[in-house]
Amino acid sequence: MQVEQISIFIENKSGRLAEVTRVLGSKGINIRALSLADTSDFGILRLIVDQTDLARATLKEQGFTVSKTEVVAVEVPDQPGGLAGILEVLDKSGINVEYMYAFVERCGGNAVIIFRFDDPVSAIRVLTDNRLKILEGERLYGM
Amino acid sequence: MTAYFHEEFETMPRAALEALQLKRLQQTVARVYEKVPFYRETLGKAGIQPEQIRSLDDLRRLPFTVKQDMRDAYPYNLFAAPMDEIVRIHASSGTTGKPTVVGYTKKDIDTWAELMARTFVTTGVHQGDIIHNAYGYGLFTGGLGAHYGAERLGASVIPISGGNTARQLMIMQDFGSTVLTCTPSYSLYMAEEAREAGIDFRDLKLRVGIFGAEPWSEDMRKDIEGKLNLHALDIYGLSEIMGPGVAIECIEAKNGLHIWEDHFLAEIINPDTGEVLPDDATGELVITTITKEGIPLLRYRTRDITSLTREPCICGRTHARLTRMSGRSDDMLIIRGVNVFPSQIESILMRIEGVEPHYLLVVDRHDNLDTLEVQVEVDEQIFSDEVKVLQALAQRIEKEIKDFLGVTSKVRLVEPKTIARSEGKAKRVIDNRK
Repeated sequence: MQVEQISIFIENKSGRLAEVTRVLGSKGINIRALSLADTSDFGILRLIVDQTDLARATLKEQGFTVSKTEVVAVEVPDQPGGLAGILEVLDKSGINVEYMYAFVERCGGNAVIIFRFDDPVSAIRVLTDNRLKILEGERLYGM
Repeated sequence: MTAYFHEEFETMPRAALEALQLKRLQQTVARVYEKVPFYRETLGKAGIQPEQIRSLDDLRRLPFTVKQDMRDAYPYNLFAAPMDEIVRIHASSGTTGKPTVVGYTKKDIDTWAELMARTFVTTGVHQGDIIHNAYGYGLFTGGLGAHYGAERLGASVIPISGGNTARQLMIMQDFGSTVLTCTPSYSLYMAEEAREAGIDFRDLKLRVGIFGAEPWSEDMRKDIEGKLNLHALDIYGLSEIMGPGVAIECIEAKNGLHIWEDHFLAEIINPDTGEVLPDDATGELVITTITKEGIPLLRYRTRDITSLTREPCICGRTHARLTRMSGRSDDMLIIRGVNVFPSQIESILMRIEGVEPHYLLVVDRHDNLDTLEVQVEVDEQIFSDEVKVLQALAQRIEKEIKDFLGVTSKVRLVEPKTIARSEGKAKRVIDNRK
Protein backbone atom coordinates (compact mmCIF):
# COMPACT_ATOMS: atom_id res chain seq x y z
CA MET A 1 0.00 0.00 0.00
CA GLN A 2 2.96 2.23 0.02
CA VAL A 3 4.76 4.29 -2.60
CA GLU A 4 8.51 4.31 -3.28
CA GLN A 5 10.20 7.69 -3.01
CA ILE A 6 13.85 8.37 -3.60
CA SER A 7 15.76 10.90 -1.48
CA ILE A 8 18.94 12.55 -2.71
CA PHE A 9 21.50 14.45 -0.64
CA ILE A 10 22.32 17.79 -2.26
CA GLU A 11 25.01 20.24 -1.17
CA ASN A 12 24.11 23.91 -1.26
CA LYS A 13 26.22 24.54 -4.35
CA SER A 14 24.82 25.93 -7.56
CA GLY A 15 24.00 23.46 -10.26
CA ARG A 16 23.50 20.35 -8.15
CA LEU A 17 19.73 20.36 -8.47
CA ALA A 18 19.98 20.96 -12.19
CA GLU A 19 22.45 18.08 -12.46
CA VAL A 20 20.00 15.65 -10.81
CA THR A 21 17.15 16.58 -13.11
CA ARG A 22 19.46 16.46 -16.13
CA VAL A 23 20.67 12.98 -15.25
CA LEU A 24 17.12 11.70 -14.83
CA GLY A 25 16.01 13.36 -18.01
CA SER A 26 18.84 11.79 -19.98
CA LYS A 27 17.56 8.33 -19.05
CA GLY A 28 13.98 9.13 -19.95
CA ILE A 29 12.86 9.04 -16.33
CA ASN A 30 9.80 11.10 -15.53
CA ILE A 31 9.38 12.92 -12.22
CA ARG A 32 5.84 12.61 -10.81
CA ALA A 33 6.23 14.49 -7.52
CA LEU A 34 8.98 16.55 -6.01
CA SER A 35 9.82 18.19 -2.69
CA LEU A 36 12.98 19.95 -1.61
CA ALA A 37 13.79 20.26 2.07
CA ASP A 38 16.60 22.65 2.70
CA THR A 39 18.77 23.95 5.50
CA SER A 40 21.44 26.61 5.23
CA ASP A 41 24.01 23.86 4.70
CA PHE A 42 22.42 21.20 2.49
CA GLY A 43 19.17 20.00 0.93
CA ILE A 44 17.32 16.71 0.60
CA LEU A 45 15.50 16.29 -2.70
CA ARG A 46 12.60 13.84 -2.54
CA LEU A 47 11.23 12.47 -5.78
CA ILE A 48 8.58 10.08 -6.95
CA VAL A 49 9.51 8.89 -10.42
CA ASP A 50 8.11 6.45 -12.94
CA GLN A 51 11.18 4.13 -12.88
CA THR A 52 12.41 4.08 -9.29
CA ASP A 53 15.16 1.47 -9.53
CA LEU A 54 16.64 2.89 -12.71
CA ALA A 55 16.63 6.39 -11.22
CA ARG A 56 18.38 5.18 -8.11
CA ALA A 57 21.05 3.24 -9.97
CA THR A 58 21.71 6.07 -12.42
CA LEU A 59 22.04 8.71 -9.73
CA LYS A 60 24.37 6.49 -7.68
CA GLU A 61 26.53 5.95 -10.75
CA GLN A 62 26.77 9.71 -11.13
CA GLY A 63 28.08 9.97 -7.56
CA PHE A 64 24.96 11.01 -5.68
CA THR A 65 23.96 9.61 -2.31
CA VAL A 66 20.48 8.19 -2.74
CA SER A 67 18.14 6.31 -0.48
CA LYS A 68 14.69 4.81 -0.94
CA THR A 69 11.83 5.56 1.44
CA GLU A 70 8.27 4.32 1.65
CA VAL A 71 5.58 6.99 1.66
CA VAL A 72 1.78 6.95 1.55
CA ALA A 73 -0.30 8.60 -1.18
CA VAL A 74 -3.76 9.75 -0.10
CA GLU A 75 -6.62 11.12 -2.20
CA VAL A 76 -7.85 14.45 -0.96
CA PRO A 77 -11.09 16.15 -2.04
CA ASP A 78 -9.96 19.04 -4.19
CA GLN A 79 -11.82 21.75 -2.29
CA PRO A 80 -11.18 24.09 0.62
CA GLY A 81 -11.06 22.06 3.84
CA GLY A 82 -10.16 18.85 2.05
CA LEU A 83 -6.66 18.61 3.48
CA ALA A 84 -7.76 19.90 6.90
CA GLY A 85 -10.20 17.02 7.17
CA ILE A 86 -7.51 14.41 6.62
CA LEU A 87 -5.07 16.06 9.02
CA GLU A 88 -7.76 16.15 11.72
CA VAL A 89 -8.35 12.43 11.34
CA LEU A 90 -4.62 11.76 11.70
CA ASP A 91 -4.29 14.15 14.60
CA LYS A 92 -7.17 12.59 16.54
CA SER A 93 -5.47 9.20 16.32
CA GLY A 94 -2.09 10.55 17.34
CA ILE A 95 -0.48 9.81 13.98
CA ASN A 96 2.65 11.89 13.45
CA VAL A 97 3.39 13.36 10.01
CA GLU A 98 7.11 13.79 9.27
CA TYR A 99 6.53 15.71 6.07
CA MET A 100 4.11 15.95 3.15
CA TYR A 101 3.85 17.38 -0.32
CA ALA A 102 1.47 17.39 -3.29
CA PHE A 103 1.47 15.13 -6.31
CA VAL A 104 1.58 16.58 -9.81
CA GLU A 105 -1.42 14.77 -11.25
CA ARG A 106 -4.96 14.56 -10.01
CA CYS A 107 -6.95 11.42 -9.54
CA GLY A 108 -10.43 11.93 -10.88
CA GLY A 109 -11.72 14.98 -9.05
CA ASN A 110 -9.26 14.59 -6.22
CA ALA A 111 -5.82 15.94 -5.43
CA VAL A 112 -3.16 13.52 -4.20
CA ILE A 113 -0.96 14.24 -1.16
CA ILE A 114 2.18 12.29 -0.33
CA PHE A 115 2.74 11.68 3.37
CA ARG A 116 5.75 10.39 5.23
CA PHE A 117 4.68 8.86 8.53
CA ASP A 118 6.77 7.68 11.52
CA ASP A 119 4.43 4.70 11.71
CA PRO A 120 3.00 4.05 8.22
CA VAL A 121 1.21 0.83 9.22
CA SER A 122 -0.90 2.56 11.88
CA ALA A 123 -1.44 5.56 9.63
CA ILE A 124 -2.75 3.39 6.80
CA ARG A 125 -5.09 1.60 9.20
CA VAL A 126 -6.46 4.90 10.55
CA LEU A 127 -6.95 6.32 7.06
CA THR A 128 -8.74 3.25 5.71
CA ASP A 129 -10.89 3.01 8.87
CA ASN A 130 -11.98 6.56 8.09
CA ARG A 131 -12.76 5.55 4.52
CA LEU A 132 -9.97 7.64 3.02
CA LYS A 133 -8.52 6.42 -0.26
CA ILE A 134 -4.91 5.32 -0.44
CA LEU A 135 -3.26 4.92 -3.82
CA GLU A 136 -0.85 2.16 -4.72
CA GLY A 137 2.57 3.03 -6.04
CA GLU A 138 2.02 1.20 -9.29
CA ARG A 139 -0.93 3.46 -9.98
CA LEU A 140 1.05 6.61 -9.25
CA TYR A 141 4.22 6.04 -11.21
CA GLY A 142 2.45 5.91 -14.50
CA MET A 143 -0.17 8.57 -13.81
CA MET B 1 71.31 46.84 32.29
CA THR B 2 69.89 43.27 32.20
CA ALA B 3 67.84 42.09 35.16
CA TYR B 4 68.35 38.44 36.10
CA PHE B 5 66.45 36.19 38.50
CA HIS B 6 69.19 33.59 38.90
CA GLU B 7 72.20 35.58 37.72
CA GLU B 8 74.76 32.91 38.59
CA PHE B 9 72.96 30.27 36.51
CA GLU B 10 71.79 32.52 33.69
CA THR B 11 75.28 33.91 33.02
CA MET B 12 77.28 30.78 33.86
CA PRO B 13 80.30 30.38 31.54
CA ARG B 14 79.82 27.54 29.02
CA ALA B 15 82.46 25.26 30.54
CA ALA B 16 80.90 25.39 34.01
CA LEU B 17 77.39 25.08 32.54
CA GLU B 18 78.38 21.99 30.58
CA ALA B 19 80.01 20.42 33.62
CA LEU B 20 76.76 20.99 35.53
CA GLN B 21 74.77 19.53 32.63
CA LEU B 22 76.85 16.37 32.59
CA LYS B 23 76.45 15.82 36.32
CA ARG B 24 72.68 16.28 36.09
CA LEU B 25 72.43 14.08 33.00
CA GLN B 26 74.25 11.27 34.78
CA GLN B 27 71.89 11.56 37.76
CA THR B 28 68.86 11.51 35.46
CA VAL B 29 69.97 8.48 33.46
CA ALA B 30 70.68 6.62 36.69
CA ARG B 31 67.28 7.60 38.08
CA VAL B 32 65.24 6.45 35.08
CA TYR B 33 67.29 3.31 34.66
CA GLU B 34 66.53 2.37 38.24
CA LYS B 35 62.92 3.53 38.54
CA VAL B 36 61.28 3.40 35.10
CA PRO B 37 60.83 -0.07 33.53
CA PHE B 38 60.42 1.44 30.06
CA TYR B 39 63.84 3.10 30.25
CA ARG B 40 65.54 0.11 31.82
CA GLU B 41 64.32 -1.90 28.89
CA THR B 42 65.19 0.57 26.11
CA LEU B 43 68.58 1.42 27.59
CA GLY B 44 69.23 -2.27 28.10
CA LYS B 45 68.32 -3.02 24.48
CA ALA B 46 70.73 -0.28 23.35
CA GLY B 47 73.43 -1.81 25.55
CA ILE B 48 73.72 1.30 27.74
CA GLN B 49 74.48 1.34 31.46
CA PRO B 50 74.24 4.65 33.37
CA GLU B 51 77.95 4.52 34.28
CA GLN B 52 78.79 4.74 30.57
CA ILE B 53 77.59 8.35 30.39
CA ARG B 54 80.93 10.10 30.85
CA SER B 55 80.62 13.11 28.55
CA LEU B 56 77.86 15.15 26.94
CA ASP B 57 78.74 13.46 23.62
CA ASP B 58 77.34 10.25 25.12
CA LEU B 59 73.88 11.86 25.01
CA ARG B 60 73.47 10.90 21.39
CA ARG B 61 73.92 7.22 22.22
CA LEU B 62 70.66 7.28 24.16
CA PRO B 63 67.52 6.17 22.32
CA PHE B 64 64.80 8.71 21.54
CA THR B 65 61.53 8.94 23.44
CA VAL B 66 58.48 9.69 21.30
CA LYS B 67 54.87 10.69 22.00
CA GLN B 68 53.67 7.14 21.34
CA ASP B 69 55.83 5.95 24.25
CA MET B 70 53.94 8.33 26.49
CA ARG B 71 50.56 7.17 25.16
CA ASP B 72 51.57 3.56 25.66
CA ALA B 73 52.47 4.38 29.26
CA TYR B 74 49.04 5.84 30.02
CA PRO B 75 48.51 6.93 32.66
CA TYR B 76 51.45 6.67 35.07
CA ASN B 77 53.89 4.09 33.71
CA LEU B 78 56.67 6.55 32.85
CA PHE B 79 56.70 8.14 36.31
CA ALA B 80 60.01 7.88 38.17
CA ALA B 81 58.51 8.64 41.56
CA PRO B 82 55.84 6.81 43.60
CA MET B 83 52.36 8.31 43.49
CA ASP B 84 52.53 9.58 47.06
CA GLU B 85 55.38 11.86 45.98
CA ILE B 86 53.44 13.18 42.97
CA VAL B 87 51.74 16.41 44.02
CA ARG B 88 50.39 17.56 40.63
CA ILE B 89 49.11 15.85 37.51
CA HIS B 90 48.69 17.56 34.14
CA ALA B 91 47.64 16.15 30.79
CA SER B 92 47.59 17.15 27.15
CA SER B 93 45.64 15.75 24.24
CA GLY B 94 46.60 12.36 22.83
CA THR B 95 45.73 11.02 19.37
CA THR B 96 43.85 7.96 20.58
CA GLY B 97 41.46 10.10 22.61
CA LYS B 98 43.51 9.50 25.72
CA PRO B 99 45.69 12.33 26.97
CA THR B 100 49.43 12.11 27.66
CA VAL B 101 49.89 12.40 31.41
CA VAL B 102 52.70 14.07 33.35
CA GLY B 103 53.34 14.10 37.09
CA TYR B 104 55.29 16.53 39.29
CA THR B 105 56.95 16.04 42.64
CA LYS B 106 57.12 18.95 45.08
CA LYS B 107 60.65 19.70 43.86
CA ASP B 108 59.46 19.65 40.23
CA ILE B 109 56.74 22.20 41.06
CA ASP B 110 59.32 24.40 42.82
CA THR B 111 61.71 24.14 39.85
CA TRP B 112 58.92 25.00 37.44
CA ALA B 113 57.94 28.05 39.49
CA GLU B 114 61.61 29.14 39.65
CA LEU B 115 62.09 28.74 35.89
CA MET B 116 58.86 30.55 35.13
CA ALA B 117 59.85 33.40 37.47
CA ARG B 118 63.21 33.51 35.67
CA THR B 119 61.28 33.54 32.40
CA PHE B 120 59.21 36.53 33.50
CA VAL B 121 62.32 38.48 34.53
CA THR B 122 63.88 37.72 31.15
CA THR B 123 61.00 39.59 29.51
CA GLY B 124 61.45 42.61 31.74
CA VAL B 125 58.73 41.70 34.26
CA HIS B 126 59.44 42.33 37.96
CA GLN B 127 57.89 42.20 41.41
CA GLY B 128 55.27 44.93 41.43
CA ASP B 129 53.93 44.03 38.02
CA ILE B 130 50.28 43.01 37.73
CA ILE B 131 50.08 39.93 35.56
CA HIS B 132 46.89 39.35 33.58
CA ASN B 133 47.07 35.58 33.09
CA ALA B 134 44.69 34.64 30.30
CA TYR B 135 46.19 31.21 29.63
CA GLY B 136 43.67 28.43 30.38
CA TYR B 137 43.65 27.01 33.90
CA GLY B 138 43.02 23.29 34.31
CA LEU B 139 44.73 20.17 33.02
CA PHE B 140 46.63 22.27 30.51
CA THR B 141 49.93 23.52 31.91
CA GLY B 142 49.66 27.09 30.58
CA GLY B 143 47.53 28.76 33.24
CA LEU B 144 48.97 27.22 36.39
CA GLY B 145 52.53 27.33 35.01
CA ALA B 146 52.43 31.09 34.51
CA HIS B 147 50.55 31.49 37.78
CA TYR B 148 53.09 29.80 40.03
CA GLY B 149 55.93 31.63 38.29
CA ALA B 150 54.25 34.98 38.89
CA GLU B 151 53.73 34.23 42.57
CA ARG B 152 57.33 33.03 42.97
CA LEU B 153 58.49 36.28 41.44
CA GLY B 154 56.32 38.18 43.87
CA ALA B 155 54.25 39.85 41.17
CA SER B 156 50.46 40.22 41.50
CA VAL B 157 48.73 37.62 39.38
CA ILE B 158 45.13 37.89 38.16
CA PRO B 159 44.08 34.30 37.35
CA ILE B 160 41.54 35.34 34.73
CA SER B 161 42.04 32.32 32.38
CA GLY B 162 40.50 32.51 28.89
CA GLY B 163 37.17 33.70 27.49
CA ASN B 164 34.69 36.51 28.21
CA THR B 165 36.74 39.14 26.43
CA ALA B 166 34.59 42.10 27.43
CA ARG B 167 35.19 41.30 31.07
CA GLN B 168 38.91 40.81 30.45
CA LEU B 169 39.15 44.29 28.97
CA MET B 170 37.26 45.81 31.88
CA ILE B 171 39.59 44.12 34.34
CA MET B 172 42.65 45.19 32.36
CA GLN B 173 41.50 48.78 32.64
CA ASP B 174 40.25 48.74 36.23
CA PHE B 175 42.90 46.49 37.80
CA GLY B 176 45.77 48.17 35.92
CA SER B 177 47.27 45.00 34.42
CA THR B 178 50.85 45.62 33.27
CA VAL B 179 51.67 42.20 31.79
CA LEU B 180 49.50 40.04 29.50
CA THR B 181 49.93 36.28 29.01
CA CYS B 182 47.81 34.53 26.36
CA THR B 183 48.02 33.16 22.81
CA PRO B 184 49.14 35.66 20.15
CA SER B 185 45.95 35.29 18.14
CA TYR B 186 43.79 35.90 21.21
CA SER B 187 45.72 39.10 21.89
CA LEU B 188 44.75 40.37 18.43
CA TYR B 189 41.16 39.34 19.03
CA MET B 190 41.22 41.35 22.27
CA ALA B 191 42.63 44.31 20.37
CA GLU B 192 39.76 44.13 17.91
CA GLU B 193 37.14 43.87 20.66
CA ALA B 194 38.79 46.78 22.44
CA ARG B 195 38.69 48.90 19.33
CA GLU B 196 34.99 48.19 18.90
CA ALA B 197 34.36 49.06 22.54
CA GLY B 198 36.25 52.33 22.16
CA ILE B 199 39.12 51.25 24.40
CA ASP B 200 42.59 52.50 23.42
CA PHE B 201 45.45 50.27 24.52
CA ARG B 202 47.62 53.35 24.89
CA ASP B 203 45.43 54.31 27.85
CA LEU B 204 46.05 50.94 29.52
CA LYS B 205 49.08 50.17 31.64
CA LEU B 206 50.21 47.07 29.69
CA ARG B 207 53.96 47.03 29.12
CA VAL B 208 54.85 43.44 28.22
CA GLY B 209 53.00 40.57 26.54
CA ILE B 210 54.23 36.96 26.71
CA PHE B 211 52.63 34.97 23.93
CA GLY B 212 52.88 31.26 23.17
CA ALA B 213 51.10 27.93 22.64
CA GLU B 214 51.08 28.49 18.87
CA PRO B 215 53.63 29.61 16.25
CA TRP B 216 53.60 33.29 15.24
CA SER B 217 55.72 35.41 12.89
CA GLU B 218 57.78 38.60 13.13
CA ASP B 219 55.05 40.34 11.16
CA MET B 220 52.53 39.29 13.73
CA ARG B 221 54.80 40.62 16.47
CA LYS B 222 54.87 44.07 14.84
CA ASP B 223 51.11 43.93 14.45
CA ILE B 224 50.55 43.00 18.10
CA GLU B 225 53.04 45.58 19.40
CA GLY B 226 51.39 48.28 17.32
CA LYS B 227 47.86 47.43 18.39
CA LEU B 228 48.45 46.58 22.06
CA ASN B 229 51.24 49.09 22.74
CA LEU B 230 53.51 46.63 24.54
CA HIS B 231 56.66 44.51 24.02
CA ALA B 232 55.52 41.18 22.56
CA LEU B 233 57.74 38.22 23.42
CA ASP B 234 57.64 34.58 22.38
CA ILE B 235 57.51 31.83 25.02
CA TYR B 236 57.96 28.10 24.43
CA GLY B 237 56.95 25.13 26.50
CA LEU B 238 55.30 21.74 26.36
CA SER B 239 53.70 19.69 29.08
CA GLU B 240 55.80 16.60 28.37
CA ILE B 241 58.92 18.57 29.31
CA MET B 242 57.44 20.85 31.99
CA GLY B 243 54.94 23.42 30.72
CA PRO B 244 55.50 27.08 29.81
CA GLY B 245 58.94 28.39 30.70
CA VAL B 246 61.17 25.93 28.83
CA ALA B 247 62.43 28.74 26.59
CA ILE B 248 61.81 32.50 26.34
CA GLU B 249 62.89 35.51 24.29
CA CYS B 250 64.84 38.12 26.21
CA ILE B 251 63.58 41.69 26.05
CA GLU B 252 67.12 42.89 25.45
CA ALA B 253 67.55 41.17 22.08
CA LYS B 254 64.08 39.88 21.06
CA ASN B 255 66.00 37.52 18.81
CA GLY B 256 65.72 33.85 19.68
CA LEU B 257 64.40 32.04 22.73
CA HIS B 258 66.87 31.15 25.50
CA ILE B 259 66.32 27.54 26.55
CA TRP B 260 67.24 26.98 30.20
CA GLU B 261 70.20 24.72 29.74
CA ASP B 262 70.80 24.09 33.44
CA HIS B 263 67.54 22.06 33.32
CA PHE B 264 67.12 21.03 29.68
CA LEU B 265 69.54 19.66 27.09
CA ALA B 266 68.60 20.65 23.55
CA GLU B 267 69.56 18.92 20.31
CA ILE B 268 68.44 19.52 16.73
CA ILE B 269 68.03 16.37 14.63
CA ASN B 270 67.16 15.45 11.07
CA PRO B 271 63.59 14.19 11.60
CA ASP B 272 63.96 11.44 9.00
CA THR B 273 67.36 10.02 9.96
CA GLY B 274 67.70 10.99 13.65
CA GLU B 275 71.16 12.41 12.96
CA VAL B 276 72.20 15.24 15.27
CA LEU B 277 72.72 18.48 13.33
CA PRO B 278 75.22 21.28 14.01
CA ASP B 279 74.33 24.73 15.37
CA ASP B 280 72.24 26.93 13.06
CA ALA B 281 70.89 23.97 11.07
CA THR B 282 67.09 23.67 11.02
CA GLY B 283 65.57 20.42 12.20
CA GLU B 284 63.48 18.84 14.92
CA LEU B 285 64.02 19.90 18.54
CA VAL B 286 64.86 17.07 20.94
CA ILE B 287 64.89 17.80 24.68
CA THR B 288 66.34 15.85 27.61
CA THR B 289 65.21 16.88 31.10
CA ILE B 290 68.05 16.81 33.61
CA THR B 291 66.40 17.91 36.86
CA LYS B 292 62.87 16.47 36.73
CA GLU B 293 61.96 13.80 39.27
CA GLY B 294 58.33 12.93 38.45
CA ILE B 295 58.63 12.12 34.76
CA PRO B 296 62.15 12.71 33.44
CA LEU B 297 62.44 12.18 29.67
CA LEU B 298 65.52 11.26 27.65
CA ARG B 299 65.85 12.73 24.15
CA TYR B 300 62.15 13.50 23.73
CA ARG B 301 61.25 14.28 20.12
CA THR B 302 59.10 17.41 20.30
CA ARG B 303 58.14 17.47 16.58
CA ASP B 304 58.78 21.22 16.61
CA ILE B 305 61.02 22.56 13.83
CA THR B 306 63.64 25.14 14.81
CA SER B 307 67.38 25.77 14.94
CA LEU B 308 69.85 26.35 17.77
CA THR B 309 72.53 29.00 18.21
CA ARG B 310 75.19 29.35 20.88
CA GLU B 311 76.27 32.80 19.68
CA PRO B 312 76.64 35.10 22.69
CA CYS B 313 73.55 37.20 23.30
CA ILE B 314 73.65 40.91 24.15
CA CYS B 315 71.60 40.20 27.28
CA GLY B 316 74.58 38.40 28.79
CA ARG B 317 72.83 35.06 29.25
CA THR B 318 74.97 32.13 28.13
CA HIS B 319 72.10 29.71 27.47
CA ALA B 320 71.58 28.73 23.82
CA ARG B 321 68.78 30.26 21.79
CA LEU B 322 66.14 28.57 19.62
CA THR B 323 64.80 30.41 16.60
CA ARG B 324 61.03 30.93 16.46
CA MET B 325 59.21 27.66 15.88
CA SER B 326 58.29 27.48 12.22
CA GLY B 327 56.12 24.41 12.12
CA ARG B 328 55.78 20.74 13.01
CA SER B 329 57.34 17.61 11.60
CA ASP B 330 54.06 15.78 12.15
CA ASP B 331 50.51 16.66 11.21
CA MET B 332 49.51 18.26 14.48
CA LEU B 333 47.46 21.46 14.19
CA ILE B 334 47.26 24.23 16.72
CA ILE B 335 43.81 25.78 16.76
CA ARG B 336 43.26 28.69 19.16
CA GLY B 337 46.19 27.39 21.19
CA VAL B 338 44.81 23.84 21.41
CA ASN B 339 46.76 20.93 19.91
CA VAL B 340 44.65 18.87 17.51
CA PHE B 341 45.69 15.82 15.52
CA PRO B 342 43.60 14.98 12.43
CA SER B 343 43.55 11.38 13.63
CA GLN B 344 41.66 12.48 16.74
CA ILE B 345 38.87 13.86 14.56
CA GLU B 346 38.98 10.65 12.60
CA SER B 347 38.51 8.55 15.76
CA ILE B 348 35.52 10.63 16.71
CA LEU B 349 33.95 10.20 13.28
CA MET B 350 34.61 6.49 13.27
CA ARG B 351 33.11 6.12 16.72
CA ILE B 352 29.95 7.89 15.64
CA GLU B 353 29.53 6.35 12.24
CA GLY B 354 31.09 2.97 12.73
CA VAL B 355 32.60 3.15 9.28
CA GLU B 356 35.61 5.11 8.11
CA PRO B 357 34.19 8.28 6.66
CA HIS B 358 35.94 10.53 4.21
CA TYR B 359 36.60 13.87 5.87
CA LEU B 360 38.58 17.04 5.33
CA LEU B 361 39.64 19.64 7.88
CA VAL B 362 39.71 23.21 6.66
CA VAL B 363 41.46 25.55 9.06
CA ASP B 364 41.16 29.29 8.59
CA ARG B 365 41.39 32.52 10.48
CA HIS B 366 38.55 35.07 10.69
CA ASP B 367 38.83 38.24 12.76
CA ASN B 368 42.05 36.87 14.26
CA LEU B 369 40.38 33.74 15.58
CA ASP B 370 41.13 30.30 14.20
CA THR B 371 38.19 28.42 12.73
CA LEU B 372 37.85 24.72 12.03
CA GLU B 373 35.49 23.30 9.43
CA VAL B 374 35.07 19.54 9.32
CA GLN B 375 33.76 18.38 5.96
CA VAL B 376 32.22 14.91 6.08
CA GLU B 377 31.05 13.04 3.01
CA VAL B 378 27.49 11.80 3.22
CA ASP B 379 27.46 8.24 1.95
CA GLU B 380 24.61 5.78 2.16
CA GLN B 381 25.64 4.64 5.64
CA ILE B 382 25.14 8.11 7.06
CA PHE B 383 22.37 9.44 4.85
CA SER B 384 18.89 9.84 6.22
CA ASP B 385 15.76 10.97 4.43
CA GLU B 386 15.05 13.33 7.32
CA VAL B 387 16.70 16.74 7.61
CA LYS B 388 16.58 16.69 11.39
CA VAL B 389 18.50 13.42 11.52
CA LEU B 390 21.33 14.82 9.40
CA GLN B 391 21.40 18.03 11.41
CA ALA B 392 21.49 16.05 14.64
CA LEU B 393 24.42 14.09 13.25
CA ALA B 394 26.35 17.26 12.43
CA GLN B 395 25.63 18.68 15.86
CA ARG B 396 26.65 15.47 17.57
CA ILE B 397 30.00 15.48 15.78
CA GLU B 398 30.55 19.13 16.74
CA LYS B 399 29.69 18.34 20.36
CA GLU B 400 32.05 15.36 20.56
CA ILE B 401 34.88 17.39 19.04
CA LYS B 402 34.21 20.11 21.62
CA ASP B 403 33.92 17.69 24.54
CA PHE B 404 36.98 15.59 23.69
CA LEU B 405 39.33 18.10 22.11
CA GLY B 406 38.14 21.41 23.51
CA VAL B 407 37.82 22.89 20.03
CA THR B 408 34.75 24.53 18.48
CA SER B 409 34.15 23.35 14.93
CA LYS B 410 31.54 23.58 12.19
CA VAL B 411 30.58 20.37 10.45
CA ARG B 412 29.72 20.67 6.79
CA LEU B 413 28.07 17.66 5.18
CA VAL B 414 29.22 17.26 1.58
CA GLU B 415 28.37 15.02 -1.33
CA PRO B 416 30.32 11.79 -1.79
CA LYS B 417 33.58 11.82 -3.78
CA THR B 418 33.96 15.58 -3.39
CA ILE B 419 36.90 15.11 -1.04
CA ALA B 420 40.00 14.23 -3.03
CA ARG B 421 41.32 10.70 -2.76
CA SER B 422 45.03 9.96 -2.92
CA GLU B 423 47.27 7.00 -3.49
CA GLY B 424 49.27 7.32 -0.31
CA LYS B 425 48.47 9.18 2.87
CA ALA B 426 45.23 11.08 2.38
CA LYS B 427 45.51 14.86 2.56
CA ARG B 428 43.22 15.49 5.48
CA VAL B 429 43.95 19.12 6.18
CA ILE B 430 43.79 22.38 4.30
CA ASP B 431 45.28 25.18 6.40
CA ASN B 432 44.46 28.57 4.92
CA ARG B 433 46.16 30.59 7.65
CA LYS B 434 49.33 32.41 6.60
